[in-house]
Amino acid sequence: MKNIKLLLAGTVAALAFAGSAAHAERGSDGDLKIIFWQAVSTLNPFLSGGTKEVYSSSMVIEPLARYDEKGELVPTLVTEIPTLENGGVAKDLLSMTWKLKPDLKWSDGTAFTAADVIFTWKYCTAPDGGCAQAAQYEGVKNVEAPDPLTVKITFEEPKPYPYSAFVGAQSPIIQAAQFKDCVGAKAPGCTSANFGPIGTGPFVVKDFKPNDVVTFVANKNYRDSAKPAFASVTLKGGGDAPSAARAVLETGEYDYAWNVQVEPEILATMVAAGKGHLETAFGTNVERINLNWYNADPKLGDKRSTKEAGPHPSLSDPAVRRALSLAIDREIIDEAGYGDAGKPTCNIVPAPEAVTSTKNDSWCLKQDIEGANKLLEDAGWKKGPDGIRAKNGVRLSYLYSTSTNSVRQATQELVKDMWSQIGVQAELRNASASVFFGGDPASPDTFQKFYADVEMYTNNFDGTDPEKYLAEWLCDKVPGPANGWQGQNIPRYCNPEYDKLVGELSKTADLDKRHELSKRLNDMLTEEGAHIPLIHRGNPSAASNSVAGIKMNAWDSELWNVADWSRKK
Amino acid sequence: MTDATIAAAPPAKAASPARSALADIWHQFRSHKGGVVGLAVFVFIVAAVYIGPYIHRVAPNAINIRDKNQWPSMTHPFGTDNLGKDMLAQVLAGGRTSLAVGFTAMLLALFLGTLVGVMSGYFRRLDGPLMRLTDLFLALPLLPLLLVILMLFRDTLRAAFGPETGIFILVVFVIGITSWMHTARIVRGDVLAVKSQEFIMAAKSSGMREYRIIWRHILPNVLSSIMVSATLGIASAIITESALSFLGLGFPSDFPTWGRLLFDGANFLQLTPSRVLWPGLAISLTVLSVNYVGDAIRDALDPRSLRR
Amino acid sequence: MFTYTLRRLLFAIPTLLVISFVIFALLDLAPSDPTGDLPLTIPPEVREQIRASLGLDQPFLIRYMKWLQQFFINEPINIFESLTGWQVGDGQRMRVLSWATRSPVVDLIVQRMPQTLWVVGLAYLFGILIAIPIGVISAYKQYSIFDQIGTFISMVGYSVPTFFTGVVLIVIFSSYLQWFPSVYDTNLQVTNVSTFLAQMRQMVLPVAVLALYNASQITRFVRASMLDNLHQDYVRTARAKGVKEKAVLLIHVLRNSLIPVVTVIALGVPTIFSGAIITEQIFRVNGLGQLLITAVQGADIPLVQTLTFIFAVLIVLFNLIADVLYGILDPRIRYD
Repeated sequence: MKNIKLLLAGTVAALAFAGSAAHAERGSDGDLKIIFWQAVSTLNPFLSGGTKEVYSSSMVIEPLARYDEKGELVPTLVTEIPTLENGGVAKDLLSMTWKLKPDLKWSDGTAFTAADVIFTWKYCTAPDGGCAQAAQYEGVKNVEAPDPLTVKITFEEPKPYPYSAFVGAQSPIIQAAQFKDCVGAKAPGCTSANFGPIGTGPFVVKDFKPNDVVTFVANKNYRDSAKPAFASVTLKGGGDAPSAARAVLETGEYDYAWNVQVEPEILATMVAAGKGHLETAFGTNVERINLNWYNADPKLGDKRSTKEAGPHPSLSDPAVRRALSLAIDREIIDEAGYGDAGKPTCNIVPAPEAVTSTKNDSWCLKQDIEGANKLLEDAGWKKGPDGIRAKNGVRLSYLYSTSTNSVRQATQELVKDMWSQIGVQAELRNASASVFFGGDPASPDTFQKFYADVEMYTNNFDGTDPEKYLAEWLCDKVPGPANGWQGQNIPRYCNPEYDKLVGELSKTADLDKRHELSKRLNDMLTEEGAHIPLIHRGNPSAASNSVAGIKMNAWDSELWNVADWSRKK
Repeated sequence: MTDATIAAAPPAKAASPARSALADIWHQFRSHKGGVVGLAVFVFIVAAVYIGPYIHRVAPNAINIRDKNQWPSMTHPFGTDNLGKDMLAQVLAGGRTSLAVGFTAMLLALFLGTLVGVMSGYFRRLDGPLMRLTDLFLALPLLPLLLVILMLFRDTLRAAFGPETGIFILVVFVIGITSWMHTARIVRGDVLAVKSQEFIMAAKSSGMREYRIIWRHILPNVLSSIMVSATLGIASAIITESALSFLGLGFPSDFPTWGRLLFDGANFLQLTPSRVLWPGLAISLTVLSVNYVGDAIRDALDPRSLRR
Repeated sequence: MFTYTLRRLLFAIPTLLVISFVIFALLDLAPSDPTGDLPLTIPPEVREQIRASLGLDQPFLIRYMKWLQQFFINEPINIFESLTGWQVGDGQRMRVLSWATRSPVVDLIVQRMPQTLWVVGLAYLFGILIAIPIGVISAYKQYSIFDQIGTFISMVGYSVPTFFTGVVLIVIFSSYLQWFPSVYDTNLQVTNVSTFLAQMRQMVLPVAVLALYNASQITRFVRASMLDNLHQDYVRTARAKGVKEKAVLLIHVLRNSLIPVVTVIALGVPTIFSGAIITEQIFRVNGLGQLLITAVQGADIPLVQTLTFIFAVLIVLFNLIADVLYGILDPRIRYD
């Protein structure tokens, strides 16, 4: 045992020595060890749109511009962000022009040109390719290169918010030379390219074991000659969130663990070991309870939760929807399941600040059991002998489903308890995440089918503009057999007024006006009870105290500035 | 000890009235110290989980968030969990479900396994088809199988028997039909060995009916393997149940069971160790006591190891 | 016995085909979706395109036939090519591709074999090596202190699940004592003494967890079967004839007690291949078990189908081996 201890002491000393080296030198700080408990399947984010693939590949391939930790666009491979003011975005909103930085090199030493950008667009929009990020190029009519350092994007119709294609971690540029034979149906066959894309980022893939471990080394041709400080990165996958947090915070074997959503008191015990700390960034994730506006009675069979089933017998009453929200104490849910990684919210658009409404906070953020009881009483829902409220034989008894996750199950129990105080009964159900979020039309347990009265999960939007997100609650996006259950309007909310406002938003270019409209849409959803927003969820990650330079970012990849990370002295 | 047993072994019992045979077995059982202690512990556990809630009158799913993560105290003898639910009440309530599921599922698996094992071991014509069926069941990927069963039967059962009984039937059925194969293979192996022994030949040539040969001669001789399967089967049924509810196949999440309590508590090991200690101990004690009872029954039924 | 083995082997082919069809149908019926893991920000139309690019829009039978062709024709040719260096045809064959990683399934399996064999295989071997002597002694000295302790440990070892023992061991040996790592390094190449020691250190915890579990189960069967045989007439006869006690025990009783043990071991060997899902997850061994479970969760049907089918082949094979061994252990058992 003594030997092992000595060995460990030696390692620590070696690390300390490495840490004291000058920071302004590439590759001086040794190996950075990152753990993703959901293992990385491929390093081509166009073939798998999972967050883990997007984040891990962001160390290698980069977009033209990305969001910083405040949600503001910063240029990466271009000289500036095109805007209406600097003429980069055309007055008619039909085109935009990006100016590439000169002398940029791919990690293999060849020049980075506009042709690569055009190729990326063609690659992701090729038929039969199944590109997971195709939505980023929606509305793009053409991408062309007037000269090798200029990229001009033209749109099919005026785009008030044009920053989607080639912006953010979801839309990086891949090398045309490497992927030229991998377009369309041939994409999956190019295993070596998909497992080791050539990029412009600070690191280069050295070895990749799918669903297990990725090894990166510093990019010799990276544009900043002093970066990255780490010579290599080991990105290990597998296990679960608590054990990933333990490997950073308690045993200190790893430097950074992504997505450690674990009960706050468990994390607190681990942080107490003194080896690491938690970093949280708040993006647009909101844990919400969707209320089903259609009838979900199992007796209806396949008609459940569709238009034919008719309105929900009790949830169609606005008083019931309001009372269900009033009865919930968001503070307790936050404390039990999220801690510092969550904040109570009543908005479905919780960030960025410019589009965040505070209108409903006054009545909604505070639990009001009495008020909720009175509301139900006045609406004619009387308590029966079993303590459950009912009216005309309709009982306030709900099937409450969600995906399997210990925090979600705890929240379910808490909400059930709170609702029981206003005479509402809940039967809890959970389905494994791959079924719940899967789109299998044959499964009764998907969140789209919504064969339950209420269901709970988290959703968010990419980037900082909520337009596309708010359009999810349009009447024609209600999932049903007609569209193979593929709509995004899960609560089956439908309000012509709302549809009209969304139409207005899509035509507005003025930023302040856009913000104001977004807030109004958000407020409509909360006030009318399309859903009950619960918690504005942050992205919690665990970081070792020995790593400097981490800037948690919820708008882009968490590893967006890994080039700036270094080992502390 | 072994020698003494053998020396004292009398010739096989003559046919005697059923009642006195039972009394005989009971007499044998009582002389087995481990069996008696095991039975006492087991009776205690069963009594505790069924009578306990009348003494410790705290609802197992009553949430009291202010009292979360408590160590054992007078009000909460086993402490509380992270939502402030009383652990003792949960262990007691969980025991009722776990014991019921564990035993029924084990019995179902044992019945299926023994049936298939004896049939394929004894009747050569059935051996091929039944063992290939066993191979098929062994090969089926468990998770997708469970998801399919859930999809096909959950709503039907829930409608027919209500949420709790419906899910109980589903869970027992699922565990039963996915865990009989080991027993079947083991019993078949034993039957093959027993079948070739002289006394079976003798019984056959004496014109004894086949089902009587199986009942009187084959089954008693493969009993010890069945008993081991039974003890191990209870443990795995209790644990499998928790895996099912994790998949969303089992009982609702606010319905405590021993396996689930252990699973949920594992990450709270450093914070509130009593959260995992008691459910873990409960499962182990149940399995241990059943094991000793099984040993005693086997000894009592084994004509060769009679000790008078 | 030889004709019997041959007949069984021939009969295994249709059996395995049926099994492969049942597995494929089951996976098709199961309500999971390869795009289920993607963030909800990816819209439904794009998901539909992804599913189409995976070939999921084709009818069930065509997909099954394709898999059969890829697995039984293309993959063996591929292995043949890589072994001999010859090229068959134009070398352009559709291999079985995993949906999540888009890489050939066989390559993934080959990549995962070492750690699974090291950890799960070794744990199984240890389990057997510990279990047989303990079972024999426990039975011979029935109800002695040794037997009681053995019973206690094996029962607790079996009834406390690996997800719990794994966490306990990590908290004690990785967090507090810091003796062993909690994360298995699959990149580690054993080249010299220090890397060998590192390999041993990272294997200690997962192997311990699994070996305890395996040994617990096997000991019980060894003990029960030994007890059955210790009271048989032939033992008395052997003793009466003056055969040494050790020989009685090891030659006569043990050999005759091995039938259920062989069955249990034969049932367990294929599961080495399927990996120990929970233990591999806890210690991040990332072997075949972890491969299977991530594939199942991600609805990676080609990968699950191939892994499960190989598993089925091993089950059929080892059950056959067990049947042959019965005949060797007990010559009175005849199948013809």
